[in-house]
Amino acid sequence: MAINWFKYSAPSTFYALAGKLAPWFAATAAILFAAGLYIGFFVAPTDAVQSEAYRIMFIHVPVSILSMFIYLVMACYAALGLIFNTRLSGMMASALAPTGALFTFIALWTGALWGKPMWGAWWVWDMRLTTELILLFLYLGFIALHASIDDPRRADRAAALLAIVGAVNVPIIYKSVEWWNTLHQGATIKFSGTSMHVAMQEALFTMLLACWAYAIAMTLWRVRSIILERERSTTWVQDLPEFKR
Amino acid sequence: MMNKLSLPGLLALVIRRDLVLAARRRADVLTTLVFFVMVVSLFPLGVGPEPEMLRKMASGVVWVAALLASMLSLGRMFSADYQDGTLEQMLLAPQSLPVLVLGKILAHWMASGLPLVLMAPVLGLQFGLPAEQLGILMLGLVMGTPVLSMIGAVGAALTLGLRGGGVLVSLLVLPLCIPVLIFGAGAVEAAASGVTYSSHLSLLGAALVTALVLTPWVTAQALRISME
Repeated sequence: MAINWFKYSAPSTFYALAGKLAPWFAATAAILFAAGLYIGFFVAPTDAVQSEAYRIMFIHVPVSILSMFIYLVMACYAALGLIFNTRLSGMMASALAPTGALFTFIALWTGALWGKPMWGAWWVWDMRLTTELILLFLYLGFIALHASIDDPRRADRAAALLAIVGAVNVPIIYKSVEWWNTLHQGATIKFSGTSMHVAMQEALFTMLLACWAYAIAMTLWRVRSIILERERSTTWVQDLPEFKR
Repeated sequence: MMNKLSLPGLLALVIRRDLVLAARRRADVLTTLVFFVMVVSLFPLGVGPEPEMLRKMASGVVWVAALLASMLSLGRMFSADYQDGTLEQMLLAPQSLPVLVLGKILAHWMASGLPLVLMAPVLGLQFGLPAEQLGILMLGLVMGTPVLSMIGAVGAALTLGLRGGGVLVSLLVLPLCIPVLIFGAGAVEAAASGVTYSSHLSLLGAALVTALVLTPWVTAQALRISME
C-alpha cells in the first residue's frame, strides 16, 4: 500500500490531526512531569558532592537538551518549507519557536540558580553559557523577523533562511564543553554508559520525555491557531463545527 | 546580443560601481569612521584613565566598536539600489547573482570596514597597546571585518524594505557575529598573556573562508525572497 506522505502537509487535514493528537501529548506530559518530579525529589539519593542542590538538574538538563533539539527541528521544517514550498512547514517552524525560546530561557535561568551554590556566581562567561545565550537571541531574532514581515509567505521564507543559517550554532553549543576548557561540566550520560545512579537516570529520562511531550502538545495547539489565522478566509475553516453558530 | 561578462570581470565591475557611489557620498563613509572613533573614545571617559586597565580592555573595546560601526552601515548595503530599482535589474540580469552580491559585499567592506582597520592602530596607541599586539589586532580586524560585512549582508537582505529594519538587522546579525568578536579579541588577549594566539587567528581565517563561500549564496537567496 502506498502511503500518501503529503496528505497531512495540507493545513486542513493537519488541523484535524493536530486537534486529535495534542490532548494525548498534553496528558502524557502531565503524567510524566508528576512521575519525573516525584522520582527526582523523593526517590533519587542525595548527591555525594553537590548534596541536594543537584536536583535542579532534573529540570535544567531536559530543557537544555530540548532547547537545542527544537531549534534543529525548527531548522528542518524551515528547510522543508524552502525546498518543497509547503505552507505547513513554515507554520510548524513558527509554532516551534516560542516553545524553543521558552526552554532556552528556562535552561539559562535554572543554570543560574544551579551556578550560584556550585560555582559561587549566577553567571560566568563560559562558552556553554554564552552559546546558549546566543541560541536565545537566535530564537528571538527568528520571531522578530517573522513578526515584522506582513506577508506570511514571505515571512515564512525569510525566517526559514535565518533559522538555517543560525543552525551552525547548535553543534557549537553541544560541543562547547569539549572544545573549550570550561567551568560547565561535560556530559555525564554517554551512549557508552554512565556514571549515574539508576534513580537519577530514571528521573532524568522521565523528565526529558515529559518536556518532549509538552513541547509537542504546545506546538500542535499553537500550529492550530496559526492555521486558523492564516486560512480564516477559506471555506473549510468557515465550515468547521467550532465556527458554526 | 548581450555580451556575457566573465565572473572576475563582473566582480570588478560591481566593486568599481559601488566604490564610485561610495566616493560620491563620502559623508556616509566618514560617519561610520567617526562613530567608531567616538565609541572607542567613550570607554576611557566611562571607566577611568588607568593605563593598566585600558591596555587590558583595548582589544575588546576596539572589536565591540568595530562590530557596532559595521551594524551602522549595513542598512546602506542594498537599500539605495532597492529604492531606485537597480536591485531588481540585478536580480533579472543573466549574470550570477551570488557573484554580484559578493562584489557588493566586498565594496561595502572597502568603504566601511577597511577604514576601521586602518584607524584601529591609532586607537590602540591611545590605549597603550604595545606594537606586537597592535599588529595582531590589525591582522584580526583584516580577517574579521569582512566576515562582519558578509554576515551582515544576509541580515540586510532579509530585512530589505521592512519597517524598523535598522534595529531588526542588529538583532539578527549580532548573535551570529559573536564568534568573530570572541576570536578577534581573544587573539590579542592571548598575545598579551604570552600564550599562543595563532589558533584564534586560524579560527578567524576559517570563519572568513566559510563565510566567503556560503554567505554570497545565502544573501542572493534572501534577496530573491525579499524582492518577489
